[in-house]
Amino acid sequence: MNRQGITRRTMAGGLALVPTGFALAQGIDATINRSQSDRNFEVTERELLAGRLPINSGITLDIPTLSENGNSVDVGIKVDSPWTREDHIRMVHILSEMNPFPVVARFQLGYRAGRADVATRIRLAATQKVVVLAETTRGLIHRAEQEVIVILGACLEGG
Amino acid sequence: MSDLTTRITMPQNASKGDIIEIKVLARHIMERAIDAVGLKPSPRKIIHTFRVSYAGEEVFRMDLSTGIASNPYMSFTTVATETGVVLFEWLEDGGARHTRVQTLIVS
Amino acid sequence: MFALVQPAFASDIRPSREFLSPELRAQQDDPARHPGWLWVEQGEALWRAAPPSGQPSCGGCHGSVAGMRGVATRYPAVSAEGALLNLELRIEQCRSQRQGEAPFGYESEALLSLTAAIAARSRGLPMSVVTSGAAAAHLAEGTRLYSLRQGQLNLSCSQCHDDNAGRRLRGDVISSGLGLGYPAYRLEWNGVGSLHRRLRACALGVRAAQLLPGSAEYLALELFLADRARGLTIEAPGLRR
Repeated sequence: MNRQGITRRTMAGGLALVPTGFALAQGIDATINRSQSDRNFEVTERELLAGRLPINSGITLDIPTLSENGNSVDVGIKVDSPWTREDHIRMVHILSEMNPFPVVARFQLGYRAGRADVATRIRLAATQKVVVLAETTRGLIHRAEQEVIVILGACLEGG
Repeated sequence: MSDLTTRITMPQNASKGDIIEIKVLARHIMERAIDAVGLKPSPRKIIHTFRVSYAGEEVFRMDLSTGIASNPYMSFTTVATETGVVLFEWLEDGGARHTRVQTLIVS
Repeated sequence: MFALVQPAFASDIRPSREFLSPELRAQQDDPARHPGWLWVEQGEALWRAAPPSGQPSCGGCHGSVAGMRGVATRYPAVSAEGALLNLELRIEQCRSQRQGEAPFGYESEALLSLTAAIAARSRGLPMSVVTSGAAAAHLAEGTRLYSLRQGQLNLSCSQCHDDNAGRRLRGDVISSGLGLGYPAYRLEWNGVGSLHRRLRACALGVRAAQLLPGSAEYLALELFLADRARGLTIEAPGLRR
């Protein structure tokens, strides 16, 4: 069997038990960096909002309420926007409430995107809230959130 | 070229002004450096940045974390402006850079 | 006593895809989003690559991988030498006998990729293994194993996959237990794995001994499952939880 098959790195156990401030590997030039692990979800969201009151509309967040497996959860995000050079979506953040790192992904869009319509697949360590913030070029922030129940399947190889 | 296996799904042709959708898969473990208690931790190794330029201008950028699933998938849109090269770049922990190129013909 | 398997009626056995959530099924059908196609891609590259031995590549003998259409519907099959081989072991045989290379190894990425690339060429085609002649004894053994109670939970394959197919077990829906999607990308694995690896996970589930991938028992069981899936179409590379 290959290496992946034998280890017991299940998402739920593995992620939840890790202490924050985990030793950094050297030479990582990541844009979303590890120092986030020292900040919790609320602090991260507050920093991104920077005092602005979010608009709780305009985002279509397509994410299952019940995940198939926390290893891979589909997320689709669409944001309403007039989409002009002066007024379009410039940044979309996916935040997770319970993962070790609250910023899961950040999409930077230009005017040439034509619309805000992105998708990816994320890991979720446990049942939790996923929050999406979308920032316009005018500095407004749209916000959407959804609770995702993460279940473990039957007959897991890790037992 | 690099050893990263990728799949890029996008139209080959578009009319000027069309918004096209691009879907991208890459074969990568996205090692998050976090393991269950009792196991030896391994260093983080993920694709941390994915960016796309089209006809010389960056049109999409995604910053990825360890919270992105293995074999990262992303989809996004861009406006067909002119016939040109679409350059896809994956930047990996440790400094490796993987690229792919597609051509979009705009009429 | 009901020692013999009650063969489920054909109408009771449903394709694996019908047990997937609508989301997963849609993703299985969409090569743009289905990560299993990355393995197919790698397998096709291997198909074309000449081995270091100087012997021909797979394509050097067989031509385009497109010519493998329908091949996966006929495996496992008894070889000229009289051994029951599944697609993986058939590739390994070619690798060692024709290409003069060490076998890739069961569950190696290379073997999984090649198997996925070949099986993908039979996507949508009905399973049609031969079960007569030399295969008959293997089928009988597979049939026996399928109904054999095993492990600390003392469960047979049939007790889940016939008696309780369609019902929920923890977060999953119990399927008809067919191998149609294998090699499959399983979310739990974060990658592609073989049917035998999946059978090992089943064995663990009922707290039974896990046999080695490629073992005679799993091959016989694979033949039984292929026969059970007769007429149903191949889904490989499948997408599973």
